[in-house]
Amino acid sequence: MFFEQIINGLTLGSTYSLIALGYTMVYGILELINFAHSEIYMIGSFIGLMMVTVYKLPFVLALIVSMAGSCLLGISIEKAAYRPLRKANRIAPLISAIGVSIFLQNAVLMLVGPQARSFPANFSVKNLKLGTFLQISTLQLLILVVSIILMVGLHFLIQKTKIGQAMRATAQDKETAQLMGIKIDQVISFTFAIGSALGGAAGVLVGVYFDSVDPMMGFFPGLKGFVAAVLGGIGSIPGAMLGGLILGLVEMLGAVYMSRYKDAIAFAVLIFILLLKPTGLLGRRVQEKV
Amino acid sequence: MNYYLQILTVITINSILAVSLNLVSGYTGQLSLGHATFMGIGAYAATLFTLKLHLPFLVSIILGATVAAFFGFIIGVPTLRLRGDYLAIATLGFGEIMKNILLNLKITGGPMGLRGIPKVTNIYVAAAALILVVFSLNRIMNSRVGKSFIAIREDELAAEAMGINTTRFKILAFIVGAFYAGLAGGLYAFLFRYINPKDFGFMRSIEILCMVVLGGMGNTYGAVLGAFIITVLPEFLRSVSPVVAQYRMVLYGLLLVIMMIVKPQGILSGTSLSNKSKHKNILEKGGQQ
Repeated sequence: MFFEQIINGLTLGSTYSLIALGYTMVYGILELINFAHSEIYMIGSFIGLMMVTVYKLPFVLALIVSMAGSCLLGISIEKAAYRPLRKANRIAPLISAIGVSIFLQNAVLMLVGPQARSFPANFSVKNLKLGTFLQISTLQLLILVVSIILMVGLHFLIQKTKIGQAMRATAQDKETAQLMGIKIDQVISFTFAIGSALGGAAGVLVGVYFDSVDPMMGFFPGLKGFVAAVLGGIGSIPGAMLGGLILGLVEMLGAVYMSRYKDAIAFAVLIFILLLKPTGLLGRRVQEKV
Repeated sequence: MNYYLQILTVITINSILAVSLNLVSGYTGQLSLGHATFMGIGAYAATLFTLKLHLPFLVSIILGATVAAFFGFIIGVPTLRLRGDYLAIATLGFGEIMKNILLNLKITGGPMGLRGIPKVTNIYVAAAALILVVFSLNRIMNSRVGKSFIAIREDELAAEAMGINTTRFKILAFIVGAFYAGLAGGLYAFLFRYINPKDFGFMRSIEILCMVVLGGMGNTYGAVLGAFIITVLPEFLRSVSPVVAQYRMVLYGLLLVIMMIVKPQGILSGTSLSNKSKHKNILEKGGQQ
């Protein structure tokens, strides 16, 4: 039971990590809580479902198409709703993001209706026994492997490539980065593209894991992905990964002992950690100057 | 009650909510994403005082607001040490925890909520409450306390250097804001006669925040105007034509985005000095720290 919950927790946690990465990357550059991210996750899941059921694509291909679709969606949202507000106060983009979220959620609701749809796995799911206690399904294994590949890929992209360097420079100081010849508009678009692709991937993985997709599905995972980002220290990429895993584990273990308070546990952990370390686990402490 | 009168009463209650959040976020600069929590506590407490202890309506809603203020104190003490977006998330977290507790307690009726609340709130009661709230808030904002709130918003470090105990005043703003929100919650319960934890979730907090931002942060009358627009807009879209009614929420989201792009500082922009100041607060563009 205990080991099973650990595996369940890691599986769920890795999807939280993927969502959290989208929040944290955008926050790192724009200091914006991108509330529309949970809707990108939901739409990513729907694209994946459509690819699997209507176009009969193999799962991995459906995942890639969904990531590409989420990418485009993320870039368009940034262009339409956030870019005009780049010079405005800090709270206006937040409201704009909430507007986008309400818009997308209800647009999908109009298109497909409120009922939840089944997301069949179009590959055979078996249980693998590892030793006497451990057993993991191929589905869980797939989710873990895909998440790890995506996260390692992201790490490589940010640390080793030129565009990654530009992203880090922009996150540190937009103006100076611009003076060094970095086109920050492009970098911001790129950040949204990558973050949204990861969110869309998480949507597909969760959709197939719980075998359910509906227009409202983004709300709680979105909120928890964001909590995971804050838990790890918002703006920090390793922090988002760590935060997601911790959240998944705590929630799954908590569900065993206090199932009725499952949703509250995540937030209780968050508040507890913020009180001990006000900038999250791996967040930088910023010295405030007058 | 006739439809228009009902809408007007809802607008009045929403105005109290917007005005109270404006005190915390607009005047004191502490972004809260859990304001509906206090509304919920006020609503539940007032209802329980009436249903279980058979207290009269006025006593119940004032006691309910006091309970909300007490929770404002309890939640404010630990969270207000956090700054900016971290505070926002902590308030969101407390909101979700409280919703979970309300969903699981016996006395609150769990997910079924509480029903059979007498209908006492009408437009006169609500309007009287709003007038009292706005009047007392104006008195506060013109006092030393109010000036301290604004000093904290403009620059927390500088305010501290001027001898303002910033933590104490932030908690005070939170308590007063929670009291008003609890009052609005009580009025809400006695208007709709049925309450449910879902009425006071994250979406409600966001709705209140939208009212404040749309009207113009840091302006009490802006908050009232914002409450008017946010309440009437979906009803108006519903009444235009059946087709529009279908797309009501889609249009609502779209209009929020457009309004922000057209007028990001809100309709009646606040009395903030921060347009001139270089320091960072939530009303202002975040530069590098």
